[in-house]
Amino acid sequence: MNILTGNDLKSGAVVWWTGEGWSIHVNDAIEVGDDTDATCAREEAARNVNLPYAIEATRDASGWRPAHIKERVRAIGPTVRPDLTLKPADPDIGNWVI
Amino acid sequence: MYLYDQYDQAMVDARVAEFRDQTERRLKGALSEEQFRPLRLMNGLYLQLHAYMLRVAVPYGTLNSRQMHALADIADKYDRGYGHFTTRQNIQYNWIRLEDAPDILADLAAVEMHAIQTSGNCIRNISSDHFAGAAADELVDPRPYAELLRQWSSFHPEFSYLPRKFKFAVIASDTDRAAMKLHDIGIQIVRNHAGELGASFYVGGGMGRTPMIAPCIRDFVPLDQLITYAEACLRVYNRYGRRDNKFKARIKILVHELGQDEYTRQVEAEFAHMLEQGIEPPLAELERIKGYFEQPVFESGLAADFDRSDPDFALWADRNTHAHKAAGYVSAVISLKPVGGIPGDASAAQMHLMADLAREYSFDECRVMHTQNIVLPHVRIADLHALWTQLEAAGLGSPNLDTIEDIIACPGLDYCSLANARSIPIAQKISQRFAQSGRTAELGELKLKISGCINACGHHHAGHIGILGVDRKGKENYQLLLGGSEAQDTSLAKITGPGFDEDGIVNAVEKATDVYLANRAEGERFLDTYRRIGMEPFKEALYG
Amino acid sequence: MAEELGTSPDEVQFRFRDGEPVDHAAVTVDSFLDQSNATAVRIEPGDDARALLPHLERLALVEVNFPVFGDGRGYSAARILREAGYVGELRAVGDVLIDQLSSMRRCGFDSFAPDKRLDEEDARAAFERWPEVYQPAADARRPIWAKRHGQD
Repeated sequence: MNILTGNDLKSGAVVWWTGEGWSIHVNDAIEVGDDTDATCAREEAARNVNLPYAIEATRDASGWRPAHIKERVRAIGPTVRPDLTLKPADPDIGNWVI
Repeated sequence: MYLYDQYDQAMVDARVAEFRDQTERRLKGALSEEQFRPLRLMNGLYLQLHAYMLRVAVPYGTLNSRQMHALADIADKYDRGYGHFTTRQNIQYNWIRLEDAPDILADLAAVEMHAIQTSGNCIRNISSDHFAGAAADELVDPRPYAELLRQWSSFHPEFSYLPRKFKFAVIASDTDRAAMKLHDIGIQIVRNHAGELGASFYVGGGMGRTPMIAPCIRDFVPLDQLITYAEACLRVYNRYGRRDNKFKARIKILVHELGQDEYTRQVEAEFAHMLEQGIEPPLAELERIKGYFEQPVFESGLAADFDRSDPDFALWADRNTHAHKAAGYVSAVISLKPVGGIPGDASAAQMHLMADLAREYSFDECRVMHTQNIVLPHVRIADLHALWTQLEAAGLGSPNLDTIEDIIACPGLDYCSLANARSIPIAQKISQRFAQSGRTAELGELKLKISGCINACGHHHAGHIGILGVDRKGKENYQLLLGGSEAQDTSLAKITGPGFDEDGIVNAVEKATDVYLANRAEGERFLDTYRRIGMEPFKEALYG
Repeated sequence: MAEELGTSPDEVQFRFRDGEPVDHAAVTVDSFLDQSNATAVRIEPGDDARALLPHLERLALVEVNFPVFGDGRGYSAARILREAGYVGELRAVGDVLIDQLSSMRRCGFDSFAPDKRLDEEDARAAFERWPEVYQPAADARRPIWAKRHGQD
């Protein structure tokens, strides 16, 4: 399945397409199918997002899991600074990334 | 150290205004990302994995306490309370907002700093010997030459859209502490038989995916032709460097494909032409700059030794200091490599402390090393204990300079959008493993360098032991390399064989050190033993 | 068809010289070198500007094309022509953007025909951006070191 990601133009924050806007939480993402060019072009032109692109991800009970490790790092934050991730209280978050 | 005059200040101020204008045009949509990208890059602003990343230039690594305090303030005010010192003697912030970037540049300009040309296909920050002006073995202080090059290369109208990035290093001693021959242009200030100073030019070195050691293309350029010669080197590159393939666009490929002789011939022809153009600054300008690098007034009659009664202090003082040209002084290295820590990271509080210590103990000066540590260049031996006591209390007293714990590591996949694997966790596990086994001191000088991708920001080609992170079917995998050096005996490390997983690479490093300990002759470093016995015994231990 | 190649005077948005803009630079470097009567030529990034040096006195216009703004070879081409004494019109054409104008001006370009017209006000600010310059180039500006040491 595909989901859309990019960075917020002003802040640079990693964001995910929710169908209505952009969220910093990957679990807010919606599945987008294969044809994402129009959405990306429209959202980028409106400067709602910078450099959007589609990635592969799987979904289970706990939410979305991007297929590639790089996108999992983006989704959460640096594994070496758990205090700076989106889940600072989760001691196991590094293992989710790997 | 160098201070801006009204001209230098006017230039950085104009740059801040320009970038403020460019950022506004980007935010209102007048510039596309494609158009804006090279502009923000030339102001050090990347888009990385988590946010924008700002790389601030520290010319030839030199900072005064006011500047270090300002760097700490930026970490607190605009970032998340820390910064990362890099292998190009710069500092990076990982959590920057585009909206804030012009204000940060303005804050930097207020302390005579900038982020100009810290990225992009232009001439980058000029690096130099971190012990410049202090080292007992230097011919002269190389930094005035680096500053002259900095000014010449800033906003150079012809060389802002080169085929690829371009890095200079300038040294002035036979001991190379700046990886000079692994730069696009390495310059060594030398003296000729007539006793005159001049510059040896080494062109076409580099790391990255095709590492090469720069050949010397001219062993003596007179100082009153230094800039002209550099301009000729750059023009030949700008005209003929490859632009069809980004991976073959560095000058090392041009020099390699043309051949050293043909490249040199073209440079000499261009140089003869450029000499007629009158572009060289007068020697008076170099003398003016030198005036800012006058040696501090060192005291005489100082104690040449220290009290060894505290063994922890003695270990640090023996390990983390470097011989100084003035009796009674040393250069003291503040390790940013605590066991299990992130190489090169410093908190704002640590930066403030280092600034205060530089002011108190080192004539208001500190340096960023390309090995991601900080130097206080001029410390009285008599002050070392007081200095160490304060460093130790702040977690900055690790006695591990040039040991296996003093690891260079790029930010890797934890931060960098180019990375294929994480670097920092590998560095953390290795330093923990050797700290626990107690082997660090026994292994002596052992330079270990880790890159998270083939671009080699972690200098893995030049490590006595190098580690390269790669992506193997979606999993992080680490290749081991042996035998590199970025010192005057420059060599490129060779890969041992198949790669390892995260735990496997830590074990592999330990096995390689076991081979060294079992085979070393009296006085040999790891690198020396490797060079003597070759790769086979290591392969046997790793894969046999 | 020849007219299609170069930019017309109408397409020149900024010009820093007197007199009428020269008409189309209708020939490539190769065809210029083959014919004796052309007075205008167009340089592509891979062309050697030095091939034109024997013919400078009959040239009234040299266009330097920037197919993409990131290809900086045209800056060297421009300086080489000015260093050799070329005094005719030197026109930057193609992917010419606001933020490259001041460097182009310093390398000797004195007319600009961007593919897409530029915002006049932004462009004016860009031309006037730098109060000083660190290095001599093809313009007449005195570098900072000359001012520091009282040189002309």
